[in-house]
Parts: sequence; structure tokens; C-alpha cells
Amino acid sequence: MSNVNALVKNVGLPRIIIAMFLLLMFCAGPFFGIPTDTSVDDVLVRFGMNGVLVLSMIPMIQSGCGLNFGVPVGVVAGALGAVLSLELNLTGPLGILVAIIFGLFFGAVFGFGYGLILNRVKGDEMIIATYVGFSMTYFMCMMWISLPFQNPSSLTGYGGEGLRVTISVQDYWGGQLSELLKIPISSHLVIPTGMLLFFALMCFLMWGFFKTKVGTAITAVGSNPEFARASGISVDKMRLISVVVSTMVAAVGIIVYEQSFGFIQLYDAPRAFAFPSVAAILLGGASINKANITNVIVGTILFQGMLTLTPAVINSAIQIDASEMVRIIVSNGMIVYALTRKAR
Amino acid sequence: MNKRMRYILVNSAVPLLFILISAVAIPISNFSGMYLLSEIITRLTRNSFMVLSLLLPVMAGMGINFGLILGAMAGQIGLIFVTEWGILGAGGLTVAAIVGTPIAILFGWFAGNVLNRAKGREMITSMIFGLFMSGIYQFFLLYLCGSIIPFSRPNLILSRGYGVRNAIDLEVMGGFDNLLKVWVNGIAFPVGTFIIIGVLCVFTWWFRKTKLGQNMRAVGLDLDVSGSSGIPVEKTRMQAVIISTVLSCYGQIIYLQNVGSLNTYNGADQAALFAAAALLVGGATVSRATVVNGIVGTALFHLNFIVMPVAGKNLTGQAMLGEYFRMFVSYGIVTTALILHAWSRKKNTDSARAERK
Repeated sequence: MSNVNALVKNVGLPRIIIAMFLLLMFCAGPFFGIPTDTSVDDVLVRFGMNGVLVLSMIPMIQSGCGLNFGVPVGVVAGALGAVLSLELNLTGPLGILVAIIFGLFFGAVFGFGYGLILNRVKGDEMIIATYVGFSMTYFMCMMWISLPFQNPSSLTGYGGEGLRVTISVQDYWGGQLSELLKIPISSHLVIPTGMLLFFALMCFLMWGFFKTKVGTAITAVGSNPEFARASGISVDKMRLISVVVSTMVAAVGIIVYEQSFGFIQLYDAPRAFAFPSVAAILLGGASINKANITNVIVGTILFQGMLTLTPAVINSAIQIDASEMVRIIVSNGMIVYALTRKAR
Repeated sequence: MNKRMRYILVNSAVPLLFILISAVAIPISNFSGMYLLSEIITRLTRNSFMVLSLLLPVMAGMGINFGLILGAMAGQIGLIFVTEWGILGAGGLTVAAIVGTPIAILFGWFAGNVLNRAKGREMITSMIFGLFMSGIYQFFLLYLCGSIIPFSRPNLILSRGYGVRNAIDLEVMGGFDNLLKVWVNGIAFPVGTFIIIGVLCVFTWWFRKTKLGQNMRAVGLDLDVSGSSGIPVEKTRMQAVIISTVLSCYGQIIYLQNVGSLNTYNGADQAALFAAAALLVGGATVSRATVVNGIVGTALFHLNFIVMPVAGKNLTGQAMLGEYFRMFVSYGIVTTALILHAWSRKKNTDSARAERK
């Protein structure tokens, strides 16, 4: 019994419940006409698509800036990079590489401004990050309309103004990562090896970053700012670096998402990435001031698994579309749970 | 002197900015003064009650109650049932309020419990908690109404047989507005609604002077000090949230009786954003807000809301640009006000620390 208790304590009750639920869904799927390989495929693809975005939470949580509700800042940076790559008519590996480079650049620029703001509002980062993200989304809405883009495949046709709401990247660099080295196992199950490897690479880079001097300094600032200051670390500088890194990783994350999804989503869409990414890392066992790569991996699998499987199974079982509702209740419930826990 | 000037400037930066934007945008939009005036009166009837419901949590030091959506949902449930029962006019609205009140109290009690466990980050928690409860609200209306809870009116229920429709025409439309409508120079003044809003203003002003109001202000100033001087901190904060939720329930009912149709599932989403923006535009901060801030802010914010898209269109020839600019300004205002407040508070603690040395 004490073993069980220790296990529950180590893994955490929410994760055990969700994992059991997920397992149940996997088992129940075939009875309602959803083959297991389709389920596995869905979860793997969604995991690869969202993994990097969730990974972008780590630096800010570690530096004490809290949950990065300002993910949209990075998302618009990545979208800008993607649109610019299209503008240069680049295709294939070069296209996605250029998109990522542009995304990193704008991520760094936007992240710098975002970081300067967050340094002035210590203690209120999360609510302000949320609103900075939303403001940035709508600021970029104006930009999508007014910037002088030329590529006809990204412009609105028929007398509209500015860029399309969704731009297809299929002819440019769609699937460049997810189709790379793909392993078809059955007709429904194709392992997106390239995308998963890329995620692994990003995780490795993140792990490496936190082993460097700057990385350890960031962790020190997050766990005890007074102590960090006393030992000669510039708190503001480290927080700024963490925000810039978070934003840059988020920019890369959205490009990975777009190449798998096949579309760049502009205008209101970036807003929608904030809460699910936050909820995923929390579900993985992170708190508002501690997060690691295991949290990201476990959280993304559980969260995306739940989002994809639950609606599919429930839909075919009792013919109601509950996907939106499940998403709202689980993701926001998870965030509320984390916010009300005592800081460790 | 210089310090005081700077203090005033920082505190009124947001309203000044807004007056400046209006001064530029109104001539460009080509709207007549009469039209703008009548529009502002409509917007004041619609929104000021909702904005004023934000005041108490600010007083209790919990910041802007982004969980306003909880009360709004309670009000909408009330209105749906009144439409089902077919009660018309001001009586219908009163019944809607009576149905909504216990739901709002329950929601407020939940929210108060949650917020008491998240001291220091109430704003983000109230916002997310509101979103969380909107999931439950959707579940209630989409699956329980019409199946477990019987509905007799087919025009309320989706064609599949259960679940409330996305858009509902409210038969109680104008219930309060038409109570005492006075026409001056072709502009309609809904005196009935204004009286209700006036009562709330007086209530808020009176409430500050009561024992509970004083306790709230003390709790808002310092949690620890008021706790050790015998004020039940958590209970007081709870009461502030419950009252705010109940008021926002009434606020949503007043808003919807003016609009006339209910957007069942997305109607309340933006309520908190616009109410918060309006209050902050009126010069309120996250820790200090008055009735005057609320009323002035509502007028100023909605003036911009009307003028901005048209001005943007006239200026650039692009319709959507003004629309997005309006959203950007709403979010931008809340962001700026939150940043200014956090910043000035940090400056204050810094200077207090420097003085002690």
C-alpha cells in the first residue's frame, strides 16, 4: 500500500487519472469503429505538432516569469517568418529553414520587447502576458492587412485586402519535417519520424541550454531572486534572456505545427495557442515555477491524446460533438488547479 | 510638486490618451454630434451597470474581476428561462434576475473559494476560472436543457431535440428601457434603466461607508495587517466576489434587454474585456476605482468604439483595418493600464525601501 502511495505521490494524481482515462479510450476505440492504429497515429501527429510549442514554456517558468500566456507573441513571429518564406517563393527544406530563421529573428525582436515589459511588472507577469499576447495578435492583424505582400497564393483573392486567413503551405514546404524518414506501419499508422526527431533535437538543445552558465543562472534567478542578486547575477538580464528564448522557441514551434497541419493560420488564430500549451505542460506535472523536459513530453502526450481521442470516441459512442467542451473544461481546469496550488 | 505632477500624469495617462485619440478620430469619422450623443446614451444604458459591478473586488484588493463572465452566464440562464415561460416586460426581467441571483451566488462562491487559494494572482485566476465555468455552462445548455430539463417552446431548442439554440430573440427586449422613456430633441432617454443604474451608484457609494465596505478597503490595503486586526480576510474577499458576480448577472440582463437578442454560447465572452477596458479608460487603476471612473470610462470607451472603425475606414479605405484596430485598442488599453499600475506599484515600494535606508 505504501508503494502505491509513493507512486501516486511521485507521478501525481491528475496524471494517473488522465492516463487511465486515455488508456480506457484506447481500449474503447475499436468497439466504436475507431481502430487503434488510427488513434495512435492521431496522438503521435498531434504530439509532434504541439511539442515544441509546449517546450517553449520552460525558460520562462524556470526564470520565475510564470506560465507563458504570451505564447501568441512567439506564434505571430513564427507566422511572420513563414509568410516571408512564402514571399521568397522558397520550397522544400530551404523553404522551411528560411521560415525558421526568419521566425527566430522576429521571435528574438518581439521577445526582447515582451521581456522588457515583463521586467517592469514583476509579480503580475501572467495576467499582463495574456493581454500582451492578445494585443500583439490584433496588432499583427493590422499588419497582415497592410504589409505589402506580393505572393498571390498568400493574398486574398476577389478584391479582398491583405493576406488570407489560412494560407496553404502544401506547395511550398508542407510536411517537410513530418514526411521526412516517415515509417508507414499500417494503412492508418505512419510514424512522423522527422517531426519527432526534430522535437527530440529541440529538447536536447533546451536541456543543453540549461546546462550552460546562462541556463543555470536563469534557474537560480527563478528559484531565489534575492540569492541570485547577491551572488552577482543580473536578475533582469536573465529574465529577459529567458523570455527571448521562450518566444524564439514558440516561433519555431508554430512553424513545425504549420508544416504538419499544411496551413499558416493568421489573424485571430494565434490567440488560440496560449491556453492549450500552458495546460499541456501543467498536465505534465509542471508547477508555475518549476518545469522540466519530462513534464513537456508527458504533458503533451496526455493532453493531446485526450483532445484527439475523447471527442472521437464520445462522438461515435453517443453521437454528440463534445470536443470543444472537453477542451475548454480540461485545459482551463488544469490551469486553475495549478494557479491555486501553493508555490513550492 | 514635480513628484505630484508626475503622479497625476501617470494616473490619468490612459484617459488622456483616449481623449487625444477621440479628438483626432471624431472629425475623420464624419459623425454628427447628435448621432454620437444618442449612441453614447445607448451604450451607457447597456454597459455601465456591468462596468460598475467591477468596483467591489478592486476595493478588496483583488484587481479587475475578469470572472465577470460567471455572473453574465447566470443572467443569461435567467433570461433563457424567462423566455421559455413567456413572461414579458419589466416583470420578466425581474423574474430573470430572481432566477439568476442564486446561480450567480453559487458561481461567486466557487470563484471566491478559488481566488482565496490564489492570493496575489487573482486576475489571471479569475479569468481562467471564468473560461472553465463557461465549459460547464455550455454542457448545461447544450446537453441538459431540453433533455433532462423540459422545454416546451420549440423555437428555443435546437432541431435535434435538445440543447438551447445559438441565438435567441428576447421577448423581454426593452423591458427596463421602455419603463419611462423620455424623448428630448429626438434622442431617447431610457429613464427607467438610468434609475436602476443610479440606484447601483448610490449603493456602491453607501457600501463604502458600511462596516463590510470598510473591511473590504482594509483588506485591499494590506492582507496581513487587516487579518491581524481581526477582520475575517477570506470571508470579506469572498463577499466582494459574490456581490460582484451577482451585480454582473444583473448587468448582463440589462445589457441584453437593450440589445434584444441573446448569443447563447459566445455572448458573454467579451463582456469582461470590454467592461475592464471601459473602467480603466475612465482612469481607474487595478487598486483604485470609483463610480465616476466607471461612468466616464464607459462613455469614453464606447465613443471610441463607435468612431474608430469608421475613422479607420475613411483614413485607409480598408474596412477590416478599423475593426482590428478597435480590438487592438481594447486589449492595448487593458495591457497599458495593467503595466502602468504594476510599474507604479513597484516604484512606490522601491522608493519606500530607499526612504527606510
